[in-house]
Amino acid sequence: MSSAANAIETAASTSGVLLEVRGVAKSFGARNVLGNISLNIAQGEFLTLLGESGSGKTTLLRLVAGFEEPTAGEIWMSGQRLDVLPPYKRRVNTVFQHYALFPHLTVRENVAYGLRVKKTSRAQIGGRVDEALRTVKMQEFADSRPSKLSGGQQQRVALARALINRPLLLLLDEPLSALDANLRKQMQSELKALQREIGITFLFVTHDQEEAMVLSDRIALLRDGALEQVASPREIYAHPATAYTAQFIGQTNLLRGEILDGMARCGALEWPADGPRGAALFSLRPEAIRLASEAVVPPGTARFRAALQQQFFSGASELLEVNCGGQLLRVRISARGPLSGEHEFVFSATDAIRVQE
Amino acid sequence: MYSRAYKTLVSLPPLLWVGLFLLLPYALVFAHSFWAVHDGVLLHRWNFENYVTLFSKPVYIEVLLRTMRIAASVTLCSLLLGYPLAYYLSFHAEARKELLYQLVIVPLWVSYLVRGYAWKTILGSEGVLNAFLQYLHLTHEPVAFLLYSPFAVVLMLTHIYTPFVFLPIYAALEHIPRSLVEASADLGAGSVQTFLRVILPLSIPGLLAGATFAFVLSLGDFLAPLLVGGASGTMIANIVQSLFGAAYDWPLGAAISVCILIITISLLFLSERLEKRWSFK
Repeated sequence: MSSAANAIETAASTSGVLLEVRGVAKSFGARNVLGNISLNIAQGEFLTLLGESGSGKTTLLRLVAGFEEPTAGEIWMSGQRLDVLPPYKRRVNTVFQHYALFPHLTVRENVAYGLRVKKTSRAQIGGRVDEALRTVKMQEFADSRPSKLSGGQQQRVALARALINRPLLLLLDEPLSALDANLRKQMQSELKALQREIGITFLFVTHDQEEAMVLSDRIALLRDGALEQVASPREIYAHPATAYTAQFIGQTNLLRGEILDGMARCGALEWPADGPRGAALFSLRPEAIRLASEAVVPPGTARFRAALQQQFFSGASELLEVNCGGQLLRVRISARGPLSGEHEFVFSATDAIRVQE
Repeated sequence: MYSRAYKTLVSLPPLLWVGLFLLLPYALVFAHSFWAVHDGVLLHRWNFENYVTLFSKPVYIEVLLRTMRIAASVTLCSLLLGYPLAYYLSFHAEARKELLYQLVIVPLWVSYLVRGYAWKTILGSEGVLNAFLQYLHLTHEPVAFLLYSPFAVVLMLTHIYTPFVFLPIYAALEHIPRSLVEASADLGAGSVQTFLRVILPLSIPGLLAGATFAFVLSLGDFLAPLLVGGASGTMIANIVQSLFGAAYDWPLGAAISVCILIITISLLFLSERLEKRWSFK
């Protein structure tokens, strides 16, 4: 082996990459669902595939699980080619969207399934099933059938069942989408705690951007079968690469303007901006705009006057819709009581993020 | 929500139907089984003679047992044919599914009699099968057991009732969420284990329904034995038919009918209990 190849090998193993998706594409007949996806997942990472329905996120998950075969590309896991193996030979387990618990088996038998099909000894099965049920706090339901359980309880059993084989990678296909809002929040925090506790790598699929932000170490945003952006929640929120990302993750104001002589102009708005002259698109988060309190504007700040059109109170904060010379802007401020008429607003030029179409 | 008059109007026709064409005939059969015939005259004299005759003359018990043996064989053969077919169609046929499904259903449109006569021409001593066997020099003279034997009855009934077994099994298999099959593979089970641990247990209600169809329908069949059964393939319904016809002993025929009815109803009851035990919704 050449020293260069050796160096690459070492780099790969020390960087702790668990799963490598290399140029994977998938089409069903003439319909292309995924095109040329490359993505690495690190050991112990919580990575979320985020996207609208039809973006290909579930297909990518199913390719990793082995329920579908890629049309092109390869998938590797810890130095072993994965995509050529049948699902039952992969050290990957799945929590299904509607849990897919076996209705004819009890909770205990469901959890034991993965060990039983591998002909694990009876004594060992008992111990490990008890441990798994304890982890998800479902011991007292061990002898119930899944139909007797609530959604949240079924969710826990599905988790215990998927973890019993000690997978290297756990796939979760919108596992919380069937739960009501409160339970969902609670399960999110439990899921995060569980992942930290057991240290297994999670590949999570959701269409809910808020859920993705709360849970993930990194988010991979998919759009029409291609990766739009892969970054940590903070990074993707603060520096969206495209207009689509900026709008999909959180709320934003998209400002279509032009750059001329170091200044960006968009309707009545004007702020200092670098870059070659010409048309440009900016994303400005609602919370980056605030009511002007000082008389003098510091340099690097844009100031504008706008008429209040609507005000939505939501507890700690409120959202204003204001009209600035025909341009509608959304502004989020901390709650401060009813407003009306015209007001002065400011934002820092560094908060107007240049984005791609 | 609905007026009393409306409810009565709607429920009257089915109640009349059930009353006139089911309950009344059953009551008549039941009553007849306790009457007697003397010198060709029906006597409305209550007695247990018919049941005593039925259980003391070996011929009736013998035919009844043979009938149950034939029905059991038909059930087994139809299951062995119908289950794999339904499994293949539901899980592996993919694009050919619709076409194959229609092909299974089509024979149901062909008259029972036509199919019976078809088997006669296939199995007879001058029939297609014997001619073929002799052409191949596998046999030198017609094979006799092919036609007019219990074998022929089982063959014909299996042919006729396999779609009835196929349909409920197919429906049960189609109702198994595919995510369960994926979950099983995901947890490390190969296709044989997945079949034995997930698919088979979840298809048991369909399997029971199909088996009940085949058994009960075979139990009461009299056309197949008439067409291809011969003397050795006579079944209990043929005896009932002759008692109600040429032999003119309606009371004895009714007693046998009551026995068959009891067997059938017990089987239906049992099968329903088992189906409930094996359905998980």
